[in-house]
Amino acid sequence: MRTATDHAATALAILATILVVAPLIAIFFYLVYKGASSLNLAFFTQIPKPEGEVGGGMANAIIGSAVILAIASVIGIPIGIGGGIYLAEYGRGTKLANAVRFTADVLNGVPSIVMGIAAYALVVVPMHHFSAFAGGVALGIMMIPTVTRSTEEMLLMVPHAVREAALGLGVPSWRSVLAITLKTASPGVVTGCMLAFARVAGETAPLLFTALGNQFWSVSLNREIAALPLQIYIYAISPYDDQHRLAWAASLVLIVLIVLSVALVRYVAGRGVLKGAS
Amino acid sequence: MGVGIEVTNLNAWYGTNHTLQDINLPVPANHATALIGPSGCGKSTFVRCLNRMHETNPVARVTGSVRIGDQDIYADASPVEVRRRVGMVFQRPNPFPTMSIYDNVCSGLKLNGFRNRKMLDEVVERSLRQSALWDEVKDDLKKKSGASLSGGQQQRMCIARALAVDPEVLLMDEPASALDPVSTSKIEDLIFELKSQYTIVIVTHNMQQAARVAEKTGFFLNGRLVEFDSTHKIFTNPSDKRTEDYITGRFG
Ligand SMILES: Nc1ncnc2c1ncn2[C@@H]1O[C@H](COP(=O)(O)OP(=O)(O)OP(=O)(O)O)[C@@H](O)[C@H]1O
Ligand SMILES: [Mg+2]
Repeated sequence: MRTATDHAATALAILATILVVAPLIAIFFYLVYKGASSLNLAFFTQIPKPEGEVGGGMANAIIGSAVILAIASVIGIPIGIGGGIYLAEYGRGTKLANAVRFTADVLNGVPSIVMGIAAYALVVVPMHHFSAFAGGVALGIMMIPTVTRSTEEMLLMVPHAVREAALGLGVPSWRSVLAITLKTASPGVVTGCMLAFARVAGETAPLLFTALGNQFWSVSLNREIAALPLQIYIYAISPYDDQHRLAWAASLVLIVLIVLSVALVRYVAGRGVLKGAS
Repeated sequence: MGVGIEVTNLNAWYGTNHTLQDINLPVPANHATALIGPSGCGKSTFVRCLNRMHETNPVARVTGSVRIGDQDIYADASPVEVRRRVGMVFQRPNPFPTMSIYDNVCSGLKLNGFRNRKMLDEVVERSLRQSALWDEVKDDLKKKSGASLSGGQQQRMCIARALAVDPEVLLMDEPASALDPVSTSKIEDLIFELKSQYTIVIVTHNMQQAARVAEKTGFFLNGRLVEFDSTHKIFTNPSDKRTEDYITGRFG
């Protein structure tokens, strides 16, 4: 009886795992099936060809996405982590902390297109033009609530005894927070940051009124810039089959690049960790 | 070298709970002083008042004076300064989980800005020898995480960590209560060694332990210090009836 239940539970767990992993694998293979044939050197080195012409690539969109995501990370990660530290270490139980937490949760639920409109009003309108910077701001703001809440949760998981150990050694509290508590929580904090990164990396709507997109080379923060999701969107609704194939290929590249950057960051962040550390 | 501690009219609260009431107690320099008493009588609260850890609790409050050497730690020093002079070992070993043994031991120095490699190497070796852990860990100081040691080794590492910042006083709150008998006797030997150089205050539930390591013993009950005298006197001929009841096991 006992073993029967045991087997049933194991079977259910395996089934659940398959249900979780299957869509991911299905999507991936479908993208490979549709897009891999369009992947060639030109895809990574050329910019889009004018309407109607066959060929061209996404080099400008790949670089553009990298630029926008770099700006977003520079804005979203420090502010997000700072907010998480405030919530977990300094603001515990205060009215301000509750307000910050509530705001973060609401912000998390705001549709991404609304974020785009907000960034449009905050950055594009005062600057009088679309820009890579505006796109980075839109995505950066979207990263903040995710990073803040995950940082807070990870910090709260650090045992009280570890904090006391640091304070008991005569370490000033700000230093103990940064060098001990945050360091102890860092694997979880990094994961939270990467989740936020991966989530905004595929966003299209917030870029529509901010980065706008660009069919030509540009790496200027001050001008409109191409981005993979935007290019996918443009090509997917175009009437040409060749552009549809490029859109599939770009989707594949986008997913692979996200996975690669997440894996790279986790590898680098995990290298300093010792065996036996929990 | 250790210094004496003079506690005068110490009162402590958690919120409205008046946890310590009018404690007066002289802790002699370079000796071990044991604190005993039933659970909840305020021993931990008392030692936490000696390095200003009590006030890290948001609802906590303290009045009275504690002089360590010739400094009134509540009037003339910041909590950070006090905690550098007064080391603390907690009931459960609390290594920094992400750090190697080496980094755990010198964490107090590193976090206060010391970077001299040679000096850190020396301090780590000296502290680990003092805490009788050196021979067991010297080969994988930087390879192994502090959290991967056994409980008894972790506790000795925490003692080394406290000693590495060169304190004058060492507070130990039931340092052996989570350990097996072999580790416990190692820690007791250690206290015996260390008290020639440091002033030691040790909280314990184990009366044999108090009798073995401490010259002086204080008996706490319900937030008051009932009796403070030489360990020998407390255990053989206490002046207070309540002390006698407690050590003969009639209550608590
Ligand atoms: N963090 C806290 N918040 C509120 N009250 C506390 C806190 N810690 C201790 N107390 C209260 O203070 C009193 C003394 O506690 P303390 O921990 O000093 O006792 P103790 O003598 O060390 O006991 P034990 O032998 O069980 O460790 C107890 O009544 C306890 O309920
Ligand atoms: Mg206690």
